[in-house]
Amino acid sequence: MITQNEDYKNIPGWGMDADPENEPTYPMKNYTGDDHSRINYERAEHQPQDVEILMSNERPAMTRVFGTAVPPSGLSGMIRRYAFQHSEDRYRHWIPLILADRVNVFEGLIADIGTGHLPNFIKERGLAMEWKYNRTGLLKKAATAAVIGVVLVAWIRKKK
Amino acid sequence: MNYRGPYRIRTVDKPMPEILHPEDAIIRVTRSCICGSDLHLYHGMVPDTRVGSTFGHEFTGIVEEVGPLVQKLKVGDQVLVPFNVACGKCNFCKQGLFGNCHESNPMATAVGGIFGYSHTAGGYDGGQAEYVRVPYADVGPTVIPAEMDPDDAVLLTDVVPTGYQAAEMGGIKEGDTVIVFGAGPIGIMAARCAWFFGPARVIIIDHIDYRLEFARNYAKCEAYNFKEMADPVVFLKKLTDWYGADVCIDCVGCEAEGNTLQTFSGRVTLMQAGAATAFQWAINSVKKGGIVSVVGVYGPPFNLAPIGNIVNKGITIRANQASVKRLLPKLIDHVLSGRLSPKELITHRVPLAEVADAYRLFSSKLDNCIKTVLIP
Ligand SMILES: NC(=O)c1ccc[n+]([C@@H]2O[C@H](COP(=O)([O-])OP(=O)(O)OC[C@H]3O[C@@H](n4cnc5c(N)ncnc54)[C@H](O)[C@@H]3O)[C@@H](O)[C@H]2O)c1
Ligand SMILES: [Zn+2]
Ligand SMILES: [Zn+2]
Repeated sequence: MITQNEDYKNIPGWGMDADPENEPTYPMKNYTGDDHSRINYERAEHQPQDVEILMSNERPAMTRVFGTAVPPSGLSGMIRRYAFQHSEDRYRHWIPLILADRVNVFEGLIADIGTGHLPNFIKERGLAMEWKYNRTGLLKKAATAAVIGVVLVAWIRKKK
Repeated sequence: MNYRGPYRIRTVDKPMPEILHPEDAIIRVTRSCICGSDLHLYHGMVPDTRVGSTFGHEFTGIVEEVGPLVQKLKVGDQVLVPFNVACGKCNFCKQGLFGNCHESNPMATAVGGIFGYSHTAGGYDGGQAEYVRVPYADVGPTVIPAEMDPDDAVLLTDVVPTGYQAAEMGGIKEGDTVIVFGAGPIGIMAARCAWFFGPARVIIIDHIDYRLEFARNYAKCEAYNFKEMADPVVFLKKLTDWYGADVCIDCVGCEAEGNTLQTFSGRVTLMQAGAATAFQWAINSVKKGGIVSVVGVYGPPFNLAPIGNIVNKGITIRANQASVKRLLPKLIDHVLSGRLSPKELITHRVPLAEVADAYRLFSSKLDNCIKTVLIP
């Protein structure tokens, strides 16, 4: 642990009122004092890293294991790399990630089409369930969308 | 299952997961559940949810293969797998905070690794699949006792420990009045588990009648619909002798309904990390010096909450991801002794191939759905 004042234990009254029972995280935590050894704890072996992993800049090094589900790629990957230059405290981290997620959806569609697979939106969205258990709700939604569509088209035509 | 974008999922053939670390195991999944937390992913609310990922953090399975350093698990063991990925060695794990492991998620420091829960939670593929890679296999996975029903076992991976910890963190004392916000699986389990701590009253709040009815029967609690209240906080104050509850528990999280400003800023425009309506109600309906326990999940940046009232009322807030591993011995005992019957929450069983329908059913709260189990 880094401490600025080596003599802190000589400060009058130091630690006098400390109450080990007053642990706000109890009962979740079994307080052992290990926190004061900071990040100097025993660790597992390193997981070999052969794909790109974006690491939080609030850490000094990689965790010993990590997931490798979908490495960053394409335009969304570039946005994600930018996001990871900023800490978890910043909107500059989270907003780009949300944006990258949306871009990623289009990349997914392009990839689908590229491999000759036309996604079945009705099936992917589970709309059969709405049809079965919430037919009026679904029809209402569809009708509202249709009305908005018609109004928009009419408005655009008028503007031209 | 394979995520394609908000509200869009399908099943695909993916390569078999491999052992990537000597402490890994590969598990053949026997059951996996869909959780309220998965809905935040499904609705596109969790940053860094990449197209092509597989969700699922509540699963049981059979050990198919183990890495060279795995000692406790054997091929063929039937295991339940806690939703947290935990190393067992870092300071947090050593002190029982298995939900806050420091060696399982490089992508964010504020949350430990979670199976199938976006790259913000470590980038692990999840258990809504036939096979899944499970790191630190000697730490989390727990052999299912022979006499335990497999449906009970799968609910011990998240729902039961989370509901139990929600109540435990409330510091409930004998005779207390407890209000639980949210009558989803987590809220229902929190209300049921609250009784283990000796309160005199347990009240649950939601706006979906079939869930309130279920909670009333299963958790033996009072249940009220907030859509029928002119002002939920005044209603709850009055209901608790104009004093406030001793303990309030938020089992709703970022997709709460009931407050237009919160909904607009948190769910429509994403100006804050989801709608903090239930959290706000919890703070405003607890007594002075009361405790608010939060297990509802919120996104990373920040939320609008009445901090002034927290200060002025001297409220203690306790919150965490459930520490599944820490609670398992006690909860397995509650289940095996017959005091707790988690499997009654299961209303739907769906083949993995119909996962898109299963998500829609749970997300839109159709066909009286409480909890869905996927069978690969
Ligand atoms: N901390 C953890 O370890 C942990 C683990 C699992 C789940 N969770 C979280 O717990 C929450 C609940 O999970 P679930 O599976 O029960 O989800 P769910 O979506 O089935 O249940 C949420 C319920 O809250 C109700 N609700 C909405 N707004 C409300 C309000 N203002 N007041 C009261 N009720 C309201 C909904 O109608 C719904 O019934 C989610 O946020 C989930 O992410 C946390
Ligand atoms: Zn869950
Ligand atoms: Zn750890």
